[in-house]
Amino acid sequence: MTDTDAGWFSGPTADRGAESDVADAARSRLANGEADRPRDWSTLAVESGFAESTDDYYDRLHEASLAATREAVRERERADDAQLIHAVRAIDDTERTANELAERAVEWAGTLFDDVGSGVEGAREIAAREPESDAERRAVSLAARAADLDDERAELAETIGRIAPAVAPNLAEMAGPELAARLIALAGGLESLAKKPSGTVQVLGAEDALFAHLSGRAPSPKHGIIYTHEYVRGTRPEDRGSAARALAGKLSLAARADHYAGERRDQLHEDLQARMATIRARADDGGDPAPDGEAASDGGDGR
Amino acid sequence: MSEPSLPDGVERREFDGERRLATRGEPVYGEPTADGWRAWDPERSKLGGMLELGLETGLAGGEMVLYLGAASGTTVSHVADFAGPTYAVEFAPRPARDLLDAAAPRDRLFPLLKDARKPETYAHVVESDVDAIVQDVATRGQAEVAVRNAQFLAADGRLLLAIKARSEDVTAEPDAVFEGALDRLREAYEVLETRRLDRFHEDHLGVVATPK
Repeated sequence: MTDTDAGWFSGPTADRGAESDVADAARSRLANGEADRPRDWSTLAVESGFAESTDDYYDRLHEASLAATREAVRERERADDAQLIHAVRAIDDTERTANELAERAVEWAGTLFDDVGSGVEGAREIAAREPESDAERRAVSLAARAADLDDERAELAETIGRIAPAVAPNLAEMAGPELAARLIALAGGLESLAKKPSGTVQVLGAEDALFAHLSGRAPSPKHGIIYTHEYVRGTRPEDRGSAARALAGKLSLAARADHYAGERRDQLHEDLQARMATIRARADDGGDPAPDGEAASDGGDGR
Repeated sequence: MSEPSLPDGVERREFDGERRLATRGEPVYGEPTADGWRAWDPERSKLGGMLELGLETGLAGGEMVLYLGAASGTTVSHVADFAGPTYAVEFAPRPARDLLDAAAPRDRLFPLLKDARKPETYAHVVESDVDAIVQDVATRGQAEVAVRNAQFLAADGRLLLAIKARSEDVTAEPDAVFEGALDRLREAYEVLETRRLDRFHEDHLGVVATPK
């Protein structure tokens, strides 16, 4: 593995050993190995006896690259932050679809029943009814689908609540599981989130506003998706920029700790709480005599 | 310039009364086929666009190719149809899944789930002295990727690069982006030809270069 001047086919087991072991080892080196520079591998492979001819070498390479890449794809798609991204996108899909279906069902049911509520809750009430005509059966059935989808959304949220703290403990604690998952999804993965500067994290999800700003048409956005966090939304408008900046800064540190170290960092969370207390105290200094202490003890779990 | 030399194995064939670029091989993405030939859509392929527009790619057929940014294998499948051993590098797992399907029936197409910005992670697989590097990666630093991969290219080899302006900077003028990218490229390559691919791909520049 440490030989950085060797091809994927040359390794300790290439000399002797069962044919299948040799193939497995080579495949694993193909997936995980490295070399400082390329060389004439097809010739070297024939010279070393790995392959009988150049054609034979390419046949083996074809087989090994297909197998190794298939395995690597499967592994990457199973990676937990990838699961989180799928789950959070599925939440958005189920929520949107549940609302659309519920609206249709409620509108329809309104022509058939009295006292029809609105939205998904209205659909739930309709779903509990006993239909009598064919049209009623369809409207009730449609309402039941909307309710089912809404249940699915809730279960997806629970799943995110379980996965997010495992994938990104600090980020999930600071942002809450769902916002953590959304940040990871927007960045394209925990690793890419960890590599983003905090100014980018601050406006993730506000790309339209950001590009409008960059082309000179608008002021810079103060926050993107992190607006949903209590620290931003619950801060008075004139201090929200500071709050968003402080939160984004700590969120990027949290993402980095999660990606590179993977262990909880209490200090991060304490630092953020202290910083938020300072920012929110400005509102008090500004002449608003709200009782002190509330901001300082404000929890970090967002919602 | 009306009919620049196409590589052996790439021909203009008739599909539904229309003459189109085509290669011979297993269909990959639902493209029209006729007599074992498959249409090569220049609007879905930067290299197809470059051939259609008549850039001198230097491709003759049968060469060894390193393809960076193979995505789901649309273009690289056509390349493998007329070229020799073809190394296909793609970093995103989802498109790589489709790339595997394109590669399975092509015994000289080698799919690799690797990051084109890190050549050391595939230098133990991809050979030195490839005849052509085809690059279509839609990330920032496209010229940088080409420079880092120059080590694979034979001294008389060709880099066939499509630069996407919006991947570098969505707010800057494409021309400014292209100039910056070409400057970086010239540190490792001699640029032989450039052509806007806008007829098929908006805000893309096709570049043919050779190692310095």
